[in-house]
Amino acid sequence: MVDNFCNFDFNFMSEDSYTITGRVRIPASTVIGHAAKFSNIKVILNGGQNITFLRPDGYFTFHKVPAGTHLIEVNAMGYFFSPVRVDVSARHRGKVQATLTETRRSLSELVLEPLRAEQYYEMREPFNVMSIAKSPMGLMVGFMVVVVFLMPKLMENIDPEEMKSAQEQMRSQGVPSLSSLLPASR
Amino acid sequence: MGIRVFLPLLLFLSSAIVSFSLYEDQAGITDWHQRYIGKVKHAVFHTQKTGRKRVIVSTEENVVASLDLRHGEIFWRHVLGTKDAIDGVGIALGKYVITLSSEGSTLRAWNLPDGQMVWETSLHTAKPSKSLLSVPINLKVDKDYPIIVFGGGYLHAVSAIDGEVLWEKDFTAEGFEVQRVLQPPGSSIISVLGFINLSEAVVYQIDSKSGEVVAQKSRVFPGGFSGEISSVSSDKVVVLDSTRSILVTIGFVDGDISFQKTPISDLVENSGKAEILSPLLSNMLAVKVNKRTIFVKVGGEGKLEVVDSLSDETAMSDSLPVADDQEAFASVHHEGSKIHLMVKLVNELDNVLLRETIQMDQQRGRVHKVFMNNYIRTDRSNGFRALIVMEDHSLLLLQQGAIVWSREEALASVTDVTTAELPVEKDGVSVAKVEHTLFEWLKGHVLKLKGSLLLASPEDVVAIQDLRVKSSGKNKLTRDHNGFRKLILALTRAGKLFALHTGDGRIVWSMLLNSHSKSQTCERPNGISLYQWQVPHHHAMDKNPSVLVVGRCESDSSAPGVLSFVDVYTGKEISSSDIGHSVVQVMPLPYTDSTEQRLHLIADTVGHVHLYPKTSEALSIFQREFQNVYWYTVEADEGIIRGHVMKSSCSGETADEYCFTTRELWTVVFPSESEKIISTLTRKSNEVVHTQAKVNTEDLLYKYVSRNLMFVATVSPKGAGEIGSVTPEESSLVVYLIDTITGRILHRLSHQGCQGPVHAVFSENWVVYHYFNLRAHKYEFTVVEIYDQSRAENKNVWKLILGKHNLTAPITSYSRPEVFTKSQSYFFAQSVKTIAVTSTAKGITSKHLLIGTIGDQILALDKRFVDPRRTLNPSQAEKEEGIIPLTDSLPIIPQSYVTHSHKVEGLRGIVTAPSKLESTTHVFAYGVDLFYTRLAPSKTYDSLTDDFSYALLLITIVALVAAIYITWVLSEKKELSEKWR
Repeated sequence: MVDNFCNFDFNFMSEDSYTITGRVRIPASTVIGHAAKFSNIKVILNGGQNITFLRPDGYFTFHKVPAGTHLIEVNAMGYFFSPVRVDVSARHRGKVQATLTETRRSLSELVLEPLRAEQYYEMREPFNVMSIAKSPMGLMVGFMVVVVFLMPKLMENIDPEEMKSAQEQMRSQGVPSLSSLLPASR
Repeated sequence: MGIRVFLPLLLFLSSAIVSFSLYEDQAGITDWHQRYIGKVKHAVFHTQKTGRKRVIVSTEENVVASLDLRHGEIFWRHVLGTKDAIDGVGIALGKYVITLSSEGSTLRAWNLPDGQMVWETSLHTAKPSKSLLSVPINLKVDKDYPIIVFGGGYLHAVSAIDGEVLWEKDFTAEGFEVQRVLQPPGSSIISVLGFINLSEAVVYQIDSKSGEVVAQKSRVFPGGFSGEISSVSSDKVVVLDSTRSILVTIGFVDGDISFQKTPISDLVENSGKAEILSPLLSNMLAVKVNKRTIFVKVGGEGKLEVVDSLSDETAMSDSLPVADDQEAFASVHHEGSKIHLMVKLVNELDNVLLRETIQMDQQRGRVHKVFMNNYIRTDRSNGFRALIVMEDHSLLLLQQGAIVWSREEALASVTDVTTAELPVEKDGVSVAKVEHTLFEWLKGHVLKLKGSLLLASPEDVVAIQDLRVKSSGKNKLTRDHNGFRKLILALTRAGKLFALHTGDGRIVWSMLLNSHSKSQTCERPNGISLYQWQVPHHHAMDKNPSVLVVGRCESDSSAPGVLSFVDVYTGKEISSSDIGHSVVQVMPLPYTDSTEQRLHLIADTVGHVHLYPKTSEALSIFQREFQNVYWYTVEADEGIIRGHVMKSSCSGETADEYCFTTRELWTVVFPSESEKIISTLTRKSNEVVHTQAKVNTEDLLYKYVSRNLMFVATVSPKGAGEIGSVTPEESSLVVYLIDTITGRILHRLSHQGCQGPVHAVFSENWVVYHYFNLRAHKYEFTVVEIYDQSRAENKNVWKLILGKHNLTAPITSYSRPEVFTKSQSYFFAQSVKTIAVTSTAKGITSKHLLIGTIGDQILALDKRFVDPRRTLNPSQAEKEEGIIPLTDSLPIIPQSYVTHSHKVEGLRGIVTAPSKLESTTHVFAYGVDLFYTRLAPSKTYDSLTDDFSYALLLITIVALVAAIYITWVLSEKKELSEKWR
């Protein structure tokens, strides 16, 4: 970390060109390859008008920027940065004012931090009995189990007398045929 | 009971927002990513130290990269901005790569091992000029000499350690253009040689540490110089005079500046205009004259003599010191299908150190550049390796008579893309080879099951990954049932056409367009666009499909065009022709002839259109539709859009019966003081729309799906520049929807306080465009949907039943369409480079926008997020329909980046193509990198996913059979015991 952090560095260069200096700070991460990620960060002015890279300490500079309102975007894989509205004042010799456009938070110094880390892959859910049960095959097995084990239970609950009478009735009527269903044949 | 619980759950799952989420282990199964750098401009070897041998290159795609010299892989790479072209590259202090870019105004140092930027310095520049980087070669690290940079009229000395500007000299006032900076080793006095107005030679001798001018000499050369210069030694340079017929040796170190003129006619007979070639050779220079390369030796007193002469097609490297104060250089020339690499000593050209002959692919064309590097072999002799850049932009390393590695760098500059089908599988070809045995197949699925249940060991995970990547025949060269295997045809700036396989991205064939057409009139046609020429599917099934490549002889739009027809299966050119007229616009017509060749119209600069193919059958088809062919032109600079119609055959002027005259039908003129055209767009002509009707909460809307709609965006002239150059009051953006048949403006929408750049996508009945809102200082997306009012009364069911509807009435552009539009705007948190939309075979599957962001990633955004019917509180009915509550900005869900952890560096375009399976679409993105993936915008509802667990299905079936058997046995037993009772 650099202790003596300077505020906006504004340099008067010529008639209408100024310098914007800022810094990108990414929370220290234990992930291996963090340094490699750091070297691939790009800082983009006005949608690609200028592109610059970060120095090892995280600082970046845009040179020869005219006075006006500009947009700075930080592109770092794995992180989402809010674009920053940067006003370079012509009256105050290139004084810089910065606002995050996503959160509308104004920055007292141009230190850009990611709004959130981005995870590009879904996390695999750990093994779960429910996930199997929810699958079509699980439902099939479940239904089978219900039929095999619960149906006999249901049958048992029926009163044997009633069952017998029902069976009697079935037998007396025989196999219900089409003719028996038609009242005209009686 | 269970079913009742799951049913709402299933419903919920199916209606939830679908995003292309991938698991980490699924990466690389359907997608591939290839990294390129582009055509190499400069190369610097770094091989002194033991360990990794590398070469630092800068390219025409503004890439600086470090390549592994052993395998050609990229160690690191940085893609600079599009306006940040690299002018020079060097290695300082043995640990920093120095690049000079942006016409000499930006100097950067990169850490050699990992590519981290160490420092960056912006240098003063006043006017555009040639720029020059001179990095001292210091073998002793303790002697720190500065880097000398010239650019834009200023000379700077920059410390290599921290990039601090030590001193600067302003030469703008006198107009001094530095041509050479000579840094003699071991001395801090540098010589800076340059010209003033190409007529006066000036030499400054400057102390590089302090910037103090030690001496200044100048001398006027009557007649003037041409600007080409070759430095031959530490005290002499040779230049060409303005007539290009006299070589002037300038000696400048001792005493005054001396000129010594040698007419080229003294060196070679019948000399024409000469050209000094760029290779730097010691005490010698290479001059191209009379289509030959001559080597001119510079004697001690500036005397010139010809020592050797080579054929024109020779490429040379700079000379570099080999043992005993001698310098050697490499030259490469062609002979038939072979190239000869020779390394010679500069002092004795007869002494050939190395002579190698290498078989070279004809499709690579000529050698353009040679970079040589030497190394000490184990027997202390000199070995040489050469890095060569070919006409097709490929980069090859030659060593010991063989091509060690090669990189197809043409693919970094893809200009146009189309897709093609693979050949149908023949009966003789067996599939069984790929499928292995049943046992292996089952084993694979058991492994997959373990993986999906997270029970797999690390070795298993590796095995699963291998299985997936090599999965059953995804790389075969035949058509598959689902249409997943296709060829991607990519035309590149190098004039090379590539066919890439969608399975793994390998190059199936490649073809350099100009290698065959060796006509005198057009030596180097550059391809501009690619069209489907013949796609046999009904008739002509025995024919191979072919594509049409339209090219131009020169970059100028009035240059005569060249047509080339290429067989898609074999990659061979069927025929090519110089068409003898210019090419402004190529229009594929919706008609094909009996061999399924598509009719194309090509408009030239004179206002005529030409019909292709030039057959009488095509002519008769075209004449039948003569009255129905309309076309339009956009003159963006003048702000005019013109509609044209066919008039007559131009037989009155020429005998060509395939040439037609046109007349102007309508013009739309935008007021030049307030509106400037920045973007125009039409629908893709091959897009399929499934249904014209759209249900709008118990109401019916009819999409206005005319193919003849054009989207035009204009911006105030002040707002045409970059963001930050204009205030919100000064800029406004206006978009139009124009019918291209009648020129009628159907809709106009104005955005106050907004500016471009506008990126838009037009599909079905909607346009989505991206622009910058200056008031909010945010990017915005706006969607406009167009509906047909005239069909609105058809929603009465009785009318439909009684047949009183007008649904079958033909749509015509002649009648005034009654349309109404709905639109809505949203904020978006990123700059956009390009937008595309998914396309499927029948157009049933819901659409996703594919947004190429400034970070070179591709974000898939469900079209439902850009639906003008979104409201803050959707009603229950609307929710059921899938309407998402309105938010002020569009969400960026990291899981829906289709490029997942890859970046398509330098992204320029996204192409989508349908597969045969309705749910699936091919996506191909190109820039400096290439990326391909297959997407299912509504998930693969019509096929089982790759993840489908066949093993689980089998286990279930086995379990069910077992259960049936057991219950049968049990019931038998029970019955028996009942009977015994």
